Amino acid sequence: MFGKLTIEALPFYSPIAAGGAAVTVGGALLVAVVLTYLKAWKYLWTDWLTSVDHKRIGVMYIVLALIMLLRGFVDALMMRAQQAMALNSGGYLPPEHFDQIFSSHGTIMIFFMAMPFMTGLINVIVPLQIGTRDVAFPWLNAVSLWLSAAGAALVMVSLVIGKFSTAGWTGYPPYSGIEYNPGVGVDYWIWAILISGVGSTMSGINFIVTILKRRAPGMTLMRMTPFVWTALVASVLMAFAFPAITVACGLLALDRLAGMHFFTNAHGGNMMNYVNLFWIWGHPEVYILILPAFGIFSEVVSTFSRKRLFGYESLVYATAAIGILSFTVWLHHFFTMGSSAGVNAFFGVMTMIIAVPTGVKVFNWLLTMYRGRIEFHPSMMWSIGFIVTFVIGGMTGVLLAIPPADFLMHNTTFLVAHFHNMIIPGVLFGYLAGYMYWFPKAFGFAFNRGWGLGAFWCWIIGFYLAFMPLYLLGLKGMPRRMETYNDPTWQPYLLVAASGALVVLCGIGCMVMQLYASLRDRNKTRDLTGDPFDGRTLEWSTSSPPPPYNFAVIPTVGDREAFLEMKEKGVAYQRPARYEAIRIPSNTPIGVIVGAFAFVLGFAMVWHIWWLVLASGAVVFAAVIVRSSNDDQEFTMSAAEVKAIEDERFRLMGSRS
Amino acid sequence: MLDPKGPIALAERDLLFDAFYVMMLVIVPIIILTLWFAWKYRASNTKAKYTPKWANSVTIDAITWLIPTVIVIAVAVLLWRSTHRLDPYRPLESKEPPFDVQVVAQDWKWLFIYPEQGIAVVNQLAFPAGRPVSLRITSDTVMNSFYVPQLAGQIYAMAGMQTRLQMLADQPGKFVGRNSQYSGGGYSDQHFEVLAMTPADFEAWVARAKQSGAALDASAYTALSAKSRANPITYYSTVEPKLFDSIIDKFRHSGHAHDAPARR
Amino acid sequence: MSIAHMSEHEREEIETHEQRALGFWLYLMGDAVIFALLFATYAIMIPGTDGGPTGKQLFDLNNAAIETGLLLVSSMTFGFASLQVKAGNRGAVLAWLATTFVLGAAFVFLEVREFAGMIEQGAGPDRSGFLSAFFTLVGTHGVHVTMGLIWIVVLGAQVALKGLTMPVASRLHRLGLFWHFLDIAWVGIFSIVYLPGLL
Repeated sequence: MFGKLTIEALPFYSPIAAGGAAVTVGGALLVAVVLTYLKAWKYLWTDWLTSVDHKRIGVMYIVLALIMLLRGFVDALMMRAQQAMALNSGGYLPPEHFDQIFSSHGTIMIFFMAMPFMTGLINVIVPLQIGTRDVAFPWLNAVSLWLSAAGAALVMVSLVIGKFSTAGWTGYPPYSGIEYNPGVGVDYWIWAILISGVGSTMSGINFIVTILKRRAPGMTLMRMTPFVWTALVASVLMAFAFPAITVACGLLALDRLAGMHFFTNAHGGNMMNYVNLFWIWGHPEVYILILPAFGIFSEVVSTFSRKRLFGYESLVYATAAIGILSFTVWLHHFFTMGSSAGVNAFFGVMTMIIAVPTGVKVFNWLLTMYRGRIEFHPSMMWSIGFIVTFVIGGMTGVLLAIPPADFLMHNTTFLVAHFHNMIIPGVLFGYLAGYMYWFPKAFGFAFNRGWGLGAFWCWIIGFYLAFMPLYLLGLKGMPRRMETYNDPTWQPYLLVAASGALVVLCGIGCMVMQLYASLRDRNKTRDLTGDPFDGRTLEWSTSSPPPPYNFAVIPTVGDREAFLEMKEKGVAYQRPARYEAIRIPSNTPIGVIVGAFAFVLGFAMVWHIWWLVLASGAVVFAAVIVRSSNDDQEFTMSAAEVKAIEDERFRLMGSRS
Repeated sequence: MLDPKGPIALAERDLLFDAFYVMMLVIVPIIILTLWFAWKYRASNTKAKYTPKWANSVTIDAITWLIPTVIVIAVAVLLWRSTHRLDPYRPLESKEPPFDVQVVAQDWKWLFIYPEQGIAVVNQLAFPAGRPVSLRITSDTVMNSFYVPQLAGQIYAMAGMQTRLQMLADQPGKFVGRNSQYSGGGYSDQHFEVLAMTPADFEAWVARAKQSGAALDASAYTALSAKSRANPITYYSTVEPKLFDSIIDKFRHSGHAHDAPARR
Repeated sequence: MSIAHMSEHEREEIETHEQRALGFWLYLMGDAVIFALLFATYAIMIPGTDGGPTGKQLFDLNNAAIETGLLLVSSMTFGFASLQVKAGNRGAVLAWLATTFVLGAAFVFLEVREFAGMIEQGAGPDRSGFLSAFFTLVGTHGVHVTMGLIWIVVLGAQVALKGLTMPVASRLHRLGLFWHFLDIAWVGIFSIVYLPGLL
């Protein structure tokens, strides 16, 4: 009846694991109690959970990302604390717990923090920047969101019921195979990734079609904003790289569930095939994450330098080149697997070639700042911090791309420091810049500046403190993922690294305070114009927050900086003689239902509860069939309603001036 | 690793430094320019030049593509040559004949088999300094990575396959070797001693091992391959012939060839 | 009817149809990546028989040839259904969809029979890496065909209940793309899995 699931699955084996479970369950209960107290369930359900509005879906993605950032960061703190203590001792975590923590940290940060953060920002902003009313497939968009949430929920549930994977975020077999890892941990990892991966693939397709087919009249490809360009290339990568991890994880699941031999040691298995499949996805994934961040930096640097972006064409070509090249470098993740010198050298050179378009982008941001009027908004600070820090990571990346040097530094903390040096300044700083830049657009009031600057300084100082020692430790030959060690010369570095994690903790505290302070002051800081930063692109031409239809009249675009051009020509904020009725996609619970039952399906797969697999699979299938057979998925907002909303907007705008 | 004790690790480190210096040529100016521009063109400095519409320059575009291209070409040449020169499968050039050691990764320890001497040792790798050491590496468990930072770098150890690594110690000395690929609970303690010895010391070491009296036959091997943590150094005075090959072959029914990339 | 004479609503429906068609093409290309990687995996694992049966000993070219014939003909009958959609002939559309369904179901039946026979001989997917790859590649295609059959039933019901409305015709168009795509994937399987297994 319950498959492998027994009462033994509860985490009473260790007080720390039980504590983690208690925090998870307690947190969920607390949220439920608060919602009940505020009588907010109905509002939450009708206005948010069932919404197919791209802006709300985007906000929900970002909320998911921020929650998972907290969880992933707690993992990081625990690892830093363990390594700071564990000289010639077991520290406070047994190996069986430490390995779950590094596995969940990587899995969460990539799949359930960075991916939803990026998808969320794209969701909120891309349709506004291209001047459309919604994405191409609104309810599919909701399904994507809820599949991501289902995957994240599976990772969270593994804290409470059973254990998470111990095989790292890459899950290399044969260690992750059933022979060496008979528990449920790897299965949690597999199903979390497979389920959220389907969502990501669909998001990719959705945004390719949205960007290619739904741009406002006049917006040629070369008039798209840099963020839209990077979102387009990232979407293409999502649609075509995610199938590779679906195959890798799917075959691993078949090995584990059906006794197959894709990646086993014996019986004709070939583990090297997994490593290849994983990184055929894994390297493009790096660019899926980082390209949209590059796009955000381009927008932010231009806006806060009060200057047109330098070398737009170069930037577009560089983005496209990176997208294509990202599929040709995957082998550099395993130079040490015994490939011939020719193969290793080829992939090493291809990797270096990617440095060219990346370098071009850096020069373009620099030249955009040159002869500008730079305002040190938190978003601009993230961007400057990014450039300075990112080039260091780029340099260490070039070093690692040289196979003989990689033989020395592969699998050491140097590698760990390198990819954190790419992903924290490159990806996370970018998303945080976007989050602080577009927050007033999404919510209609200012985002507290002081706490934002505080967050920036804590994050960047914490980053250097946490990761520069890891570079040095890698040079001293310290492998990654060590639960304990016997070299006393390592400990001082690890203590510094732990202090860096604490400084980052202060940064996260600042982010929490920023939200609190902004909410507290919201009535004083309303953004009535919709254009708080003298913006250049279309999202700033509509109100903050934008109405459900985004634009009462679809704008006609005449320049790359469409809204700036309108303001300069004095045609911004023009109102039509007569408003038209607008068709808007209707809310639907199908997205939540599909997500919820996909979660149940994954859970049942993990615990081998076969009847539940069939039942939940049938519900998902039926829900999709019912919704896709429905012809009437929109409602009409009448011209009078549109006019009322627009009248109110212009009344407020006038009241301020 | 910053303190290499053999020509391979030294060459790998020098390569790292060379590439580092080349990269510095571009990294340092970018960092300085970023901070300088941010300061000079701050909004409050109204004396600085302001050109809000300046966004194109074919010359500058060409330069921004050219600088990274030139640097990448320089590093790529370095990369191509060094990758072939330092291929871990390529025997070292030396007057001395290569010294063969077979390496087996187990949960969670390393077994070193000396075919010439007919002995085997757990968690200690000894060899004469000045003589090139030619390692054949496999795994009797999950994927491991055999790593000696000061002498050789690393290569994966995989079941049913053989990978190779060359190393050479210039002077006698004691070094640390590790597994760098996470392999389960005992991973952190899976380190071993690397001893480069004078020929006389090495002979004495072999003689000591031969006196241990323990034989590594099939049943002793089965017992040894069971999971164990922080295994002490253990000597075996005799080894079943072809043990290394049989460990590989047990995963490779009917000669199923795993050719690339782990070349057998 | 020329574009100029269309109502706003009709134009929107056409745009919707175009966007969905593009989205579906993209999905098919992603699916093609999955098949490509499964093909590559199969090619790598051909030697991984673990001393067990090889393709030469297991594959029955006659069966595979009949399967190929069924699928190719079903693609043709689906093509006839598509032509009848354009002609607006609801009855004929249903008849051709039914024919396609029968051919597809026969294909799935033959494949299941082949799989069952192999498993009976002790040559199941858990026997060797080679057989894991074979069952997964061919089985993935089989699951796709089964999904296509369910889709045919769902759309058949829509044609019967709603008639050949614009949304229904648009869905039939995408089902057609899917069905022809499965043909192409099968041609790959036939020529990479079955033919070399016998030569």
